[in-house]
Amino acid sequence: MGAGVMTQLSVFPTPVLPGLRNLLSRYAESTMWLARYMERIENMARLIEVTGTSVHASNMDAGWDSVIRINADEDTFFLRHKVATERTVVEFYIIDPDNPDSIVSMARCVRENARVLRPLISTEMWMHLNVFTRWAMDLGPDDVGASYLSTLCTRLKQDCQTHFGITEGTLYRDQAWLFYLLGKNLERADQITRLIDIKYHTLLPSGEGVGSDIDLSQWTSVLRSAAAYHAFRRVLPEGMTPANIVGFLLKNDGFPRSLSTSLRCVYSVLGSLAGEYRLRHCGPILERVEELRVTLAEQTVEDIILRGLHEYMDWIQRELRLIQNEIADAFWPPVALRVAGSG
Amino acid sequence: MSDMKMAAQAAGLFATYDVPDFFCELLNRKDIPPAGLQQVRDRLARFDLAELRRRAAAVEAQFYRLGITFTVYSDREAIDRVLPFDVIPRVLTASEWDHVERGVQQRVRAINLFLHDIYHERRILRDGVIPAQLVLGNANYCQAMVGLDVPGGVYVHINGTDLVRDRDGRFLVLEDNARTPSGVSYVLEDRQMMLRLMPDLASGLDLRPVDEYGPRLHRALAEVAPAGVDDPQVVLLSPGIYNAAYFEHVFLAREMGIPLVEGRDLTVEDGRVYMRTVAGLQPVHSIYRRLNDDFLDPQVFNPDSLLGVPGLVDAYRRGNVTLANAIGTGVADDKAVYAYMPRIIRYYLDEEPILTNVETHICAEPEGLAYTLANLEHLVVKPVGESGGYGLLIGPHATQAELEDFRGRLRADPANYISQPVISLSVSPTLCPAGVEARHVDLRPFAVTGRETWVLPGGLSRVALRKGSLVVNSSQGGGAKDTWVLAS
Repeated sequence: MGAGVMTQLSVFPTPVLPGLRNLLSRYAESTMWLARYMERIENMARLIEVTGTSVHASNMDAGWDSVIRINADEDTFFLRHKVATERTVVEFYIIDPDNPDSIVSMARCVRENARVLRPLISTEMWMHLNVFTRWAMDLGPDDVGASYLSTLCTRLKQDCQTHFGITEGTLYRDQAWLFYLLGKNLERADQITRLIDIKYHTLLPSGEGVGSDIDLSQWTSVLRSAAAYHAFRRVLPEGMTPANIVGFLLKNDGFPRSLSTSLRCVYSVLGSLAGEYRLRHCGPILERVEELRVTLAEQTVEDIILRGLHEYMDWIQRELRLIQNEIADAFWPPVALRVAGSG
Repeated sequence: MSDMKMAAQAAGLFATYDVPDFFCELLNRKDIPPAGLQQVRDRLARFDLAELRRRAAAVEAQFYRLGITFTVYSDREAIDRVLPFDVIPRVLTASEWDHVERGVQQRVRAINLFLHDIYHERRILRDGVIPAQLVLGNANYCQAMVGLDVPGGVYVHINGTDLVRDRDGRFLVLEDNARTPSGVSYVLEDRQMMLRLMPDLASGLDLRPVDEYGPRLHRALAEVAPAGVDDPQVVLLSPGIYNAAYFEHVFLAREMGIPLVEGRDLTVEDGRVYMRTVAGLQPVHSIYRRLNDDFLDPQVFNPDSLLGVPGLVDAYRRGNVTLANAIGTGVADDKAVYAYMPRIIRYYLDEEPILTNVETHICAEPEGLAYTLANLEHLVVKPVGESGGYGLLIGPHATQAELEDFRGRLRADPANYISQPVISLSVSPTLCPAGVEARHVDLRPFAVTGRETWVLPGGLSRVALRKGSLVVNSSQGGGAKDTWVLAS
């Protein structure tokens, strides 16, 4: 295992930077969440855009319902709306300020975290986030009509990718950068499992019928919403089967949004924090991530589907939540509340 | 003099500029301007109005993108506003600046000696130079500071002195800001913006630079760290992202390369201050705090405050951490104490004040009261004590009945008032909706004190954007100008 760890560490070479060892806990937390929210906004825009396209193409009403299920928002959504139509779903997920998962709400969180991080992030990062979040927070009903939806989602995706590009190109490579990568990759890992899970449910509602007559265009849309369509075609030009697609999204080491790529990055970043910055508490978290990676590597996708894809995705999501919680406990432990004046 | 057209002197942009009967910083200075200033005038004159407006719009857009803002609180939400910025700079000559700089340094020296004295021997009170009650009964006088020795005897590490110029161009001190003076970030950002978006205006001019501020401040804060610390950790303590001056806190932390912390990031263990980092607790030695005294430590001041750090004052009193500015400095920038500042300078330094106060009559003294009562219709009367919620009287704008009513108040509680003549503030040409017009300006130079006092060349020039208005505060619609100091 030792040699493997070394190889993984070299993926993100991070010299120890004197004077920059003391990252405030609050900054680490905000950096992680800034990255998570930007990643989440991008995924939301992808999902809405692809759903819009595939629903129009196939005339399938259930498409919009799946967006709600992917985010596990059935309760909150149906408190506010009777039916899941394009209009209600799009309003709920883009402009509803009372929905914490809507893009305007997430943009508000991004803005708050960016303000906290203003002393730390580059001016170019801040300038872009400042303009982007103000624009996103101001989105209203006029901006989300069916005819503009694709343009809107494209702009959202582009702004997120611009952010990731500016960050990659300008954020100083110290611990803050590592926490940023942690947030981004944990979110990616989580999002890809949700995407797979819900499509599996939509397509195989009974949990049976593997190998039955499945609408491939639906699986194409899964690939497209993960920006994986062309990569998949390149690797497996004639293998458009559910197992191949699920396998690609979970296990392909070359695809940047796959579960295995995201987990590899999380593992390597934690290794840097433990090794090069000598941060204690990383050990148990590293073990947990490694456990996930081993499980993923050892099972074939056919095994996973046979034993229950949904259960497996559920388990991964739970593990990712535990990793997030362990990171929080290790690096920004809650401050014991003091009673004022108690001395 | 009024309504005089300056067309003969300065055509082009200034062809229609009415120089009112005030001292004008750029066009009517009553002296022969140095070559640099003449050059600025000539270059500006060649701009046409439309081009100047295009530049101004570009500047504003850039400030907006950068989010260089202060926060205004309305009923429901916080709104980030860009401080209006005027692209016509205000220019100070080398000799004017020399005078201001020496005056500010002198004032800072006197204020620090005064603060040390009133928290130790209180000689100035025993010698009757300033009424003891005014100091010891002052709401800003802080018992926790009595007998405490601060490193280097420095109480006011960062000082902002508000200056105005009268009809003759004389600089007068309007007030001292010895607690948490703000605005320096605009000075540095405005300069950046001017050099980028008006490069043709400054090119080749020998201007004193401003970008030394961050390193100078950092050095000063490290110099006053507790003795025996080799590599002091300096931090900036902010109330957080919802504070009106949050941008400035970010700016200063960045310029100094230090962490911007909130109270919840700090903790006191065994009388020492630490910050919470991902690697555990790390020691802190010097704190530039942008938090008022009342919020610093709930164990000593406001027990309901969540912004501060429990135990901070204890650590401070034990000499384990330095606070900049010190606690209890508010007693030196109080309106009542201000009136005594010329005497304070003479008392401690045995020098005449280089920068004079606005002529101030202290009604607690019989001559001051008599003069004020006799000349009320020409004076501004200000309440000074903490009980002075009555507001001020502006004599020239008051009715006979109001004057009579105020005379009664003055006689009943003279110690609560000072009076000053109405000052005709200087003006500076400013880009306004109708064209380039004269607007009143003030000046806030910033002084940084560690082992010595350094003054940032220039300072914040605030401009009253409303015609005729004397109010330059940003909350009242004031704006800022870049302040250029000519090196020669």
